[in-house]
Amino acid sequence: MAKVLMKGNEAIGAAAIEAGCKYFFGYPITPQSELPEFMARELPKAGGVFLQAESEIAAINMVYGAAGSGARVMTSSSSPGISLKQEGISYIAGAELPCLIVNIMRGGPGLGSIQPSQTDYFQATRGGGNGDYRLVVLAPSNVQELVDLIIEGFDIADQYRNPVMILGDGMIGQMMEPVEFKKPKTRELPPKDWATNGTKGERKPNIINSLYLSPEELEAHNIRLQAKYQKIRENEVKVESYNIEDADVVIAAYGTTSRIAKTAIAQLEKEGYKVGLIRPISLWPYPYDEFNKISDKCKGILTVEMNSGQMVDDVKIAVNGRFPVYFHGRLGGMVPTPNEIIEKVKKIYGGEI
Amino acid sequence: MATAKPKVRGKVTFQEDLCKGCGLCVSVCPQKIITLDSNKINAKGYHPATVTDMDKCIACTSCALMCPDVVITVERL
Amino acid sequence: MSVVFQKTRGLTDVPTHYCPGCTHGIVHRLVGEVLEELGVLDNAIGVAPVGCSVLAYKYFNCDMHEAAHGRAPAVATGIKRVHPDNFVFTYQGDGDLASIGTAEIVHAALRGEKISTIFINNAIYGMTGGQMAPTTLVGQKATTAPYGRDPNHAGKPIRMSEMLSTIDGAKFVERVTVTTPAHVRKAKKAIKECFQVQLDGKGFGIVEVLSTCPTNWGYTPEEALRWLEENMIPYYPLGNFKRPEEVE
Repeated sequence: MAKVLMKGNEAIGAAAIEAGCKYFFGYPITPQSELPEFMARELPKAGGVFLQAESEIAAINMVYGAAGSGARVMTSSSSPGISLKQEGISYIAGAELPCLIVNIMRGGPGLGSIQPSQTDYFQATRGGGNGDYRLVVLAPSNVQELVDLIIEGFDIADQYRNPVMILGDGMIGQMMEPVEFKKPKTRELPPKDWATNGTKGERKPNIINSLYLSPEELEAHNIRLQAKYQKIRENEVKVESYNIEDADVVIAAYGTTSRIAKTAIAQLEKEGYKVGLIRPISLWPYPYDEFNKISDKCKGILTVEMNSGQMVDDVKIAVNGRFPVYFHGRLGGMVPTPNEIIEKVKKIYGGEI
Repeated sequence: MATAKPKVRGKVTFQEDLCKGCGLCVSVCPQKIITLDSNKINAKGYHPATVTDMDKCIACTSCALMCPDVVITVERL
Repeated sequence: MSVVFQKTRGLTDVPTHYCPGCTHGIVHRLVGEVLEELGVLDNAIGVAPVGCSVLAYKYFNCDMHEAAHGRAPAVATGIKRVHPDNFVFTYQGDGDLASIGTAEIVHAALRGEKISTIFINNAIYGMTGGQMAPTTLVGQKATTAPYGRDPNHAGKPIRMSEMLSTIDGAKFVERVTVTTPAHVRKAKKAIKECFQVQLDGKGFGIVEVLSTCPTNWGYTPEEALRWLEENMIPYYPLGNFKRPEEVE
C-alpha cells in the first residue's frame, strides 16, 4: 500500500478507523485537537459516531458506556484532560472494558504549556486513578509506529478486556511523516458475550460494574485482575535495543526523545565511543529483563526524558544496582539537544560523574 | 333503585419474609384490615404485615401500590 | 378468581437493601412495570450511578451499567449511540443528578439524547448517611447542615425540572410523587409517557419523583410521606413542564 504523508494526530484517527473503531468521544485541548476534528469529518463516513462531550469526564464515561455495550471505542486528550479522566479510567479498568485512550502529552503541572513533554509517565504507568489497576501503555517514537500501535492497541484491549493508553507528546502529534496502514498480527479475540445489548429474553442480564461491597468478592476480583496483568507482562512487552551487549554506556529513552538519543549515539560512534540504547515501547508492561542483556563492562546508564526524572525509577528497578544510573532531563516543554546528551555520555565515559 | 353493585371481594397474600414492617400498606387500606403481626417476627426481624379480616378486602390494590418491597399479591375473588 | 396485582417481571427476585418505607422501592416497581408493559424490558439497558439506588443494577431485570457518581447520562449517551434501537434509561438520585452530575444531565438534555431519566428527589444524600443535597429545603436539617439549610450559606435548593424544561432537547419533563396510591398511579402514567417519548425517537425525557428518606429525615415511613406533602410539594410543585407538541 502506498505511504501517505500525515500529521500524527490525524494519523491516529485514520489508524483507529482502519482498526474498526466506530466511536470517538472527545473534547478540545491543544495539542491534540486535530484528532477530534479528523474524527468529526471521517468517522461518520465510516459508519461511526463522533461526539464532542461537555467535558473530558463526560467523554470517558461515554467511552465506558460504549465499551460496555461491546463497541470498539476511543477517546483522546492531553495531560490535564487525561487527569480529568482518571476516575473513569479506573472504573473502566475495574469493569474490565476494552478501549483506547490517547494522551498527547504537554508541559505541566497545572495548565503548563502546549509544548511536548513526557511528564505523565508516572500517571500512565503507576495509575492516575484509584485502585490496583494497570493500563497497557504504549509509547511510539514516530508516526508510523504511532499508527501501528493504535491498530494493535485495539486488539490488545479486546484480547485482555483492558484499557490501553497510547502515550504520545505534542511533537509526535503535530509532526507529519509518511505512513501506511498494515494489518496487525492475528490474535485470538474472545467474543464480547458480556456486553450489554439487551437480553432479548434469551440470557440473564449482563451487568457492567466495578462495585463489590463484599471484601471477599472484591479481593477475588482483584486477584483475577492481577493474574491478567501478569499474563500481559509475560506476553506484551515491546522494546527496541541497539548495541547493548557491547556498549560502554547505554542510553535509556522512549518516544520522540529516543530519536534525539539515536542522533547523539551516531555522532558518538563517529568519535569512537561504544554507546547502546534501550527504547521501551511498552511502558507498561515495562521491559525490565532487557536490561539484563547489558554487558558487565558497561560504565553506566543515562536515562533521558522530557521531565524531571520518572522512567529513571524503572531503569533503577531494572538494573537493580548492577550499574550506576544517570539522568538528563529538560522541563517545561523544552526538548533536549543531541549535544547535551553527547556531553553527559562523555562525562560518564570519563568517570567525571 | 339500581341493583346494589355485587360486592367485589378480594384476597391479599404477603411474601412475609420480604416484608420490612414499614406499615405503608396499613396506612392506605381503605378497609383498615391490615396490621403488623405483633406476635410474629419474620426472617428479617420485622413484624410482617397481615390481613385481619380477609372478608372485608375489596381488592382495591392500594396496599400493593404502596408496598416498596413488592411483597403483596392481590386477587379478585 | 383473577390476579389483579402481582410482581412485575421488570424486577429481579433480589430483595432490595432499601430502608423500610423508602419509596425508592415503589419507583423501582413502577419502572419495572412500565418496561414490561411497553414491551421493552428485553431490549432495555439501564444505568445506575452511585447513590442509594446504585444497587438497582441488581434489581432491574435487564442489562445494566453501574456508573460513577453523576455520570449516568454520559454513560447512557455512550450506550445509546452504540445501540440506538435499545431502550436506554438512567435512574439517579438528587445528589447524583443535581450536584456532581449537573453538567451531564444538562448536556444530555441539550443534545436531545434519546434516553429517559428517572430522577429521585428526596432532598438528602441517603447512601452516605444524610448530608445536605442541592435539593435540601431551607431550614431542613442534614448532617452537613446541622442547624438547617441556611440560604445565605448554601443558597436555596434547585428546581431541576423547571430548569431542564427550558432546554429544547428535553421533550418530556414532569414532576410527580408517590405518597398516595393516587399519586402512584399518576407517577406511573408520567413514566410511561416519558419512556414513550424515547421510543418515538423524539428526544430526552425526565420524570422527577419526590421521594422519602425516612431514615435520614428521622421520621417513620408514614410520617415521612406527610412531611414530603407538607414541605416538599409546596417548594417543588407537581405537574408536567413539557411534553412533545401534538403534531396536527
